Amino acid sequence: MKKILVYGYGNPGRQDDGLGVLLAEKIGDWAKKNNYARIHTDTNYQLNIEDAYELNNYNAVIFADASVEEIDTFLFEPLKPDFKTNFSMHSVSPAFILGLCQEMYKDFPDTFLLHIKGFEWEFMEEISEKAVKNLDLALEFLTAFLESLLKKNS
Amino acid sequence: MGQKITIEPVTRVEGHGKVTIHIDNDGKVNQTRLHIVEFRGFERFVQGRPYWEAPVLVQRLCGICPVSHHLAAAKALDVIVGAGTGQGLTPTGEKMRRLMHYGQIFQSHSLHFFHLASPDLLFGIDSNPLTRNIIGVALANKDLAVQGVMMRKFGQEIIEATAGKKIHGTGAIPGGINKHLSAGDKEKFLNGKDPMNIDNMISWAQDALEFFKDYHTKNKAIIDQFIDFPSSYLSLVRKDGALDLYHGVLRAVDTDGKIILHDVDYQNYLKYIDEEVRSWSYMKFPYLKEMGKSAGWYTVGPLARMNTAEFIDTPLAQKEFELFKSYNNGKPSNKPMHMHWARLIEILHSAEKMKELLNDNDLLEGELVTKGTKKNEGIGLIEAPRGTLFHHYKINDSDQITMCNLIVSTTNNNQPMNEAVNQVAVREMNDQKEISEGMMNAVEVAIRAYDPCLSCATHALGQMPLEITLVDHKNKIIDKKRNR
Repeated sequence: MKKILVYGYGNPGRQDDGLGVLLAEKIGDWAKKNNYARIHTDTNYQLNIEDAYELNNYNAVIFADASVEEIDTFLFEPLKPDFKTNFSMHSVSPAFILGLCQEMYKDFPDTFLLHIKGFEWEFMEEISEKAVKNLDLALEFLTAFLESLLKKNS
Repeated sequence: MGQKITIEPVTRVEGHGKVTIHIDNDGKVNQTRLHIVEFRGFERFVQGRPYWEAPVLVQRLCGICPVSHHLAAAKALDVIVGAGTGQGLTPTGEKMRRLMHYGQIFQSHSLHFFHLASPDLLFGIDSNPLTRNIIGVALANKDLAVQGVMMRKFGQEIIEATAGKKIHGTGAIPGGINKHLSAGDKEKFLNGKDPMNIDNMISWAQDALEFFKDYHTKNKAIIDQFIDFPSSYLSLVRKDGALDLYHGVLRAVDTDGKIILHDVDYQNYLKYIDEEVRSWSYMKFPYLKEMGKSAGWYTVGPLARMNTAEFIDTPLAQKEFELFKSYNNGKPSNKPMHMHWARLIEILHSAEKMKELLNDNDLLEGELVTKGTKKNEGIGLIEAPRGTLFHHYKINDSDQITMCNLIVSTTNNNQPMNEAVNQVAVREMNDQKEISEGMMNAVEVAIRAYDPCLSCATHALGQMPLEITLVDHKNKIIDKKRNR
């Protein structure tokens, strides 16, 4: 059976930085309610090298993260392995994880990145009002996308 | 023309560190400074919050070592709830916390070695930075890369099994722990399918040590001579002098190994340690009061722990410790690149400790929490992966936190990191008109040895470029490069 992973990452203790985690949790609830057993979710503060192992267990993966980039509400894009990413010491980019997965296992799943525009980054668990709107829009898009994926692979 | 060269931020070092190298009119390095923007707002943020929230709240500080903050806060609150200062917990409470902590040390050190240090060792300090990473390692030595990934994963799974979840774990609570280890998790970690079991982790930890020792034999210049300067060293040690990463008394030794802080109770740390503020850095500079601001700085972390401890209480790590001590003629190692060696010994020690704990039935049953007479102040110290971490809280009669003081490991290493950067800069950049990638990376390698964590919990997409700015003696920017 083909499996799909929605992986939200960020720090929910830093306001909108938790957008990806919250989205993954909402997708988890939605999948459970609809008995979509092929949809799995995971969350973490940030991505790291062991995620390359997890990726190898799925046919499709959607990473979700907060974004400070100049985008309107959210951006959804396919991801390719990136060997050239300049990465920080203790976290890595989704594309880098994909590259590591490819090198270690000679294969990688169809992978997408969902950026959700955030605005506030203070020490609070509350997502900002503007970001909640973006989260709702991203959620609406992603549920439709996941249903199309399930149909395609059924 | 005198000029200032700025490397910002330091790649593969979390957060936004900046190195400024001042070069005088004769082309000589005359000053080097590592600037780190330390976030101090957290100490104010927790004021007014109920004290029992602290072990969960402090994990917001950092996505890199939340477990260390979680446990240090819990240890401070043990004192507040009257559960003692380290020895008062129930066997289950203390052992579950220790297992969580050794899982954290194991995964954090593994990440550093396989992801950050091994690329420098495999490919050389001046190699192409685009391949000097774990993907490069996977291309050159797939087994090594896979081991790094799986060791990280094993440690993370230990944390999840003891802390309850990956984000904002709740395992440690004031006075103990909130759960037992499940029998299923115990079985999985002890006898799981290869490679995910503790015996295999011990074996891989030994392999990593062999890899390093082989490299060391062939590359003594890099490991022994790349950086070398006198320092004092500080860490917790067990009362009998053993390495203890979870609890102990505070000991400091000087560069020759003479004990200069004699196994004191860390509840009195303010009697012995102070922090200096310098105008050019947001991060403070801790020092031993008795020795004064200029001479009292010290190093913390794996190298410090090898230098302060007298022995290790697990057999395989003890054997490696003896080799380490023998190589340094029984004296402290003053070579920061030996930090990699020390870190690997601690990976092995943590794996052995995890095995010992997983075989202990106290994890599966027994009282979880101790309580006693409440106090209004508590201090918790722990040996985090990067070094000694201090948490200090005061509360009022309404159980609200009124004061919080944190000294994080990277702050403790502020001065030694500056010393290391300066030594490398003087050697590599004197009389040089251009800054090569290799030279820049030499500075970064020096910093990376300390595995600094720069309190950068927010990581939203679009951050972390590498920016290099050249500024002349009139503060005019003469060049700026950005590497994404």
